[in-house]
Amino acid sequence: MLNYVLIPLLPLAAFAVNILFSNAIGRRAHLIALPAVAGSFLLSVYALIGVQAGTIINQDIYSWIVSGSFKASIGFLIDQLTVVMLIVVTSISLLVHIYSVGYMHDDDGYARFFSYLSLFTFSMLMLVMSNNLLQLYFGWEAVGLCSYLLIGFWYEKKSAADAGKKAFIVNRFGDFGFALGILLIFVSLGSVHYADIFSGVGALQGRTINIAGFNFDLITLIALLLFCGAVGKSAQMPLHVWLPDAMEGPTPVSALIHAATMVTAGVFMIARFNPVFTLSDTAMAVVAIVGASTSLFAATIALVQNDIKRIIAYSTVSQLGYMVLACGVGAFGAGVFHLFTHAYFKALLFLGAGSVMHAMAGNVDIQKMGGLKKYMPATYWTFLLASLSIAGVPGFAGFFSKDEILWLAYNNGALGKVLWASGTLVAALTAFYSFRIIFLAFHGKFRGTAEEEHHLHESPKVITIPLILLAVGAVSAGWIGIPAAFGGANHFAEFLAPVVGHSAVTASHTEEMMVVALSIAAALGGIGMAYLFYSVKPCAPLILAGMFRKVYRLLWNKYYIDEIYDAILVRPSKWAASYLLVRVTDGRIIEGIVNGVPSMIKAFGDRLRKLQSGNLQHYAFGMVAGLFVILTVIFIAVSR
Amino acid sequence: MSYPILSTLIFLPIFGAIAILLISRSNTALIKWTALMLSILIFGLSVPLFTDFDKTSGLMQFVEKHAWIPAWNINYTLGIDGISVLFVLLSTLLTILCVTVSWNSIKDKVKEFYAAVLFTEGAMIGVFCSLDLFLFYIFWEAMLIPMFILIGVWGGPRRVYAAIKFFIYTLVGSLLMLVGIIMLYYNTDRSFDMLTMMSANYPYSLQLLLFWAFFAAFAVKVPMFPVHTWLPDAHTEAPTAGSVILAGVLIKMGAYGFLRFSLPIFPEAAKAMAPAMMALSVIAIIYGGIICLAQTDLKRLIAYSSVSHMGFVTLGIFALNTQGVQGGILQMINHGIVTGALFLCIGMIYDRTHSREIAHYGGTASIMPIYAGMFMLFTLASIGLPGTNGFVGEILILLGGFTVSKVLGALAATGVIIGAAYMLWLYQRIFFESGNDFKSRFGTEIADINAREIFTLLPLLLLVVWIGVYPSTFLDFMVPTVQKLLQRVNDAGIQPGVIQQITEVIK
Repeated sequence: MLNYVLIPLLPLAAFAVNILFSNAIGRRAHLIALPAVAGSFLLSVYALIGVQAGTIINQDIYSWIVSGSFKASIGFLIDQLTVVMLIVVTSISLLVHIYSVGYMHDDDGYARFFSYLSLFTFSMLMLVMSNNLLQLYFGWEAVGLCSYLLIGFWYEKKSAADAGKKAFIVNRFGDFGFALGILLIFVSLGSVHYADIFSGVGALQGRTINIAGFNFDLITLIALLLFCGAVGKSAQMPLHVWLPDAMEGPTPVSALIHAATMVTAGVFMIARFNPVFTLSDTAMAVVAIVGASTSLFAATIALVQNDIKRIIAYSTVSQLGYMVLACGVGAFGAGVFHLFTHAYFKALLFLGAGSVMHAMAGNVDIQKMGGLKKYMPATYWTFLLASLSIAGVPGFAGFFSKDEILWLAYNNGALGKVLWASGTLVAALTAFYSFRIIFLAFHGKFRGTAEEEHHLHESPKVITIPLILLAVGAVSAGWIGIPAAFGGANHFAEFLAPVVGHSAVTASHTEEMMVVALSIAAALGGIGMAYLFYSVKPCAPLILAGMFRKVYRLLWNKYYIDEIYDAILVRPSKWAASYLLVRVTDGRIIEGIVNGVPSMIKAFGDRLRKLQSGNLQHYAFGMVAGLFVILTVIFIAVSR
Repeated sequence: MSYPILSTLIFLPIFGAIAILLISRSNTALIKWTALMLSILIFGLSVPLFTDFDKTSGLMQFVEKHAWIPAWNINYTLGIDGISVLFVLLSTLLTILCVTVSWNSIKDKVKEFYAAVLFTEGAMIGVFCSLDLFLFYIFWEAMLIPMFILIGVWGGPRRVYAAIKFFIYTLVGSLLMLVGIIMLYYNTDRSFDMLTMMSANYPYSLQLLLFWAFFAAFAVKVPMFPVHTWLPDAHTEAPTAGSVILAGVLIKMGAYGFLRFSLPIFPEAAKAMAPAMMALSVIAIIYGGIICLAQTDLKRLIAYSSVSHMGFVTLGIFALNTQGVQGGILQMINHGIVTGALFLCIGMIYDRTHSREIAHYGGTASIMPIYAGMFMLFTLASIGLPGTNGFVGEILILLGGFTVSKVLGALAATGVIIGAAYMLWLYQRIFFESGNDFKSRFGTEIADINAREIFTLLPLLLLVVWIGVYPSTFLDFMVPTVQKLLQRVNDAGIQPGVIQQITEVIK
């Protein structure tokens, strides 16, 4: 058991040491953080080997909160799904740690940065290893905290501090639903432990619950409340607004937290709770539709943005939508598979973007780049491999996982056909905006100043080596899930099947070929369009933007969602607080009565005794005396 | 026990206060050290309550009973159970911190100040230990006097207004309770014995009347909506030690009163009124939270957040189930720790800058990093992040509340969003962004907190994590007592009509 306990405990210890002795440790913080996360990674590999050999662990460590019939433990469930997440979290975390040694080299908050990274790794591991909902919630909130701290890492910048706060509060909206889901599960099933929930949830089928006069299907309500949490954490519509702003954080953070691990916690949670979700067709349909719409919506925004990190951020929102869509059509395994491959190619894209920013002295505008290929070959080639992977070019990791999602969506009835069509369109858009970065940033001529051009250089080895290692993953991570149609055995799906089950496939082999062909066509078409627009005819985008000015403005302003929230939520609540509550209720009504009673008594006394007094003590006396009289009367009346 | 431990804990501070008054006024060092040593000694003497308390028993422990005024059947009865034990410990701990945080900031009338702090401590412990209603009332009112003086003498610019408002508010409530106490006396065969009352059966109409009489006193203390408006003024004007005692212990007495009197002595009335109490609690949670968004004064913001947090406490208590009541009690302790700590923190920076205006700050994190780190942890505890004590209390209360009413439970949970909003916004405005304004306003010489201040916050910081990670240590104290209390409430007959009617309305 110790080897499992150590997986989260090592980063926790590193965090404690680095935060307590940050002044003494300073630039040596990585000497503590790196070995810790490397240890966690090795132990995770060991856990994977154990699970492959059939060792499933479900064990409580200690009772955390016990009150009456409520009992929540700190405990671990190590099964197929957990080990996949363990590998993703520890491997990406390790690479990001190495990368950060170079990337954060000159930062004053070096020790603080590494201590937060360790705390995040600990929290994320507690989340994925949990065997009950409350510990999951602990990890869920703790990763949110780390995200808050790391987005606002450069807190002296107002935009960074704002973005951190926004991420936390927007997530709290999702967590509000999630917490209610946990409460509802406890109230209905009497337990928050996975094993009890999954064995008991079947008995809830058909039960309804009356809330405020409305009848709700109990399981649907539970599933949708849990899903609220995923909508927040995995940045689905309408709570996606925090993720693009989260790019204010240092780039390694964007790669680790806002691409590969934390934001996929929502997908992981849905996959974990597949026994609950599959019992409600309504909930599943909602999940699928939210996922597909988010995916399409975010991809359209990504088409026109110029900030390299924001494009990748919208791309993350879009890809998370794919994963959620997969869960919604019951293809939990495919969703987790995409989570797995996405972790590598998306972390690589972010770290590559960080390498570019390193060379560009922090500039993120792709319109100001160009021709970087020549100056930073390692960054270029790894970035290209990641882009080929996300675009879904056959043979690369992203192709296999995306294709599986589209194929399984296609098999999911009439709704599935619509979702599949939208997903295929998104695939084309994805290829387009990904290669828009490639052509604008890496090809052509450099469009910045001569001084900037002089500064261009390849990043040091400590940065490029993690890129190369991730590139290996971005290319090959999909090979463990090659479907039968391509002569593979789909090991990944088989491995996860004990936890998430198999998806039903009803369509024919010919149809499968058609789905595959269309997704390849979408990928190549998108790349081709990007080539045409940004390499062959650079004036085309401007003409197009001019022709569809309104659409362009809408996309450029991200559908004005932030502005809408500000108008309907932020400003009204500030107004309610400062005007309605402070001035009216507290100020006039309550204080009016409180100060009014003594004034009345005083006025009465004034008239009676013709006394003049502006003294607060006299008010006090008047009030107390008056009450004494009233009370005595009541008392005599009652005790008679 | 070889010696009367509870009497010692009550009277050592009171005699200590008198002793301090006898020290020469000019010898401030001796005054301060006497106060510190006394408060540490008292805390040390209270530790056996923690270690020797029988956690398997729901009965009163460490009981002392002596005849006092036999003609009126008044006894000197003390004892603690699982509800009160933790409050006694919290009082003795917070008093030490009140002494250390005031070390350099109180320069005027030093000996009266420390005497008042110690006197308050004795009276507070007296309230929690009294098992005779007459004795209870004496301590209850006695506590007001030093508190009134603390606010009125060492407070801010509007201290006189705040002190009198505080005094009148609480006194009005207390007077109604006094009437209730006398009625109880006559209806309990002329006895003030609280244990007898807790097993007596009073007619429902009398219970209802008494419930509201006591409610007046307790609701003001908690403070529940809409009788909360004394709190922001009192907190804002009080010196740091006064705010800490107010937030840490004094306002707990209202909720303690519900547990000690309203539930066990008027069980049927409490049951009938529970839905109304829960509704008021939820209003307090949301109202107190939203109003925080508009505050520009540091202390006022934390004061209003107390209204919101205490709403959680009363919600839990009136959920009348195990999770709710245990969560409510724990949350009182938590609130004492966290809000106490936040007021300590505010006092520390106020000593340096003499400003409570939030807008005057910014970028403090780079100027005072250790301070910023500690403040962050207390902020997180305040917004109930899992792993901190705030979460354990809140989740139990929400479980308890949700079990009774889905709508009220869900509404209460919105407090979690609002709490994050106002606390993180506060944190950002004080600690983040550029520190240039801060430096130009307060100078560049502002130093990070020193060892004395770190050691003032450290015990509370450890408790935040301890309760957050392993709350059983504390929850175990209350298990049998809460079980017994709920047994008493549940065995009481339900008054048909009232409860259904109200429940129907809010369900």
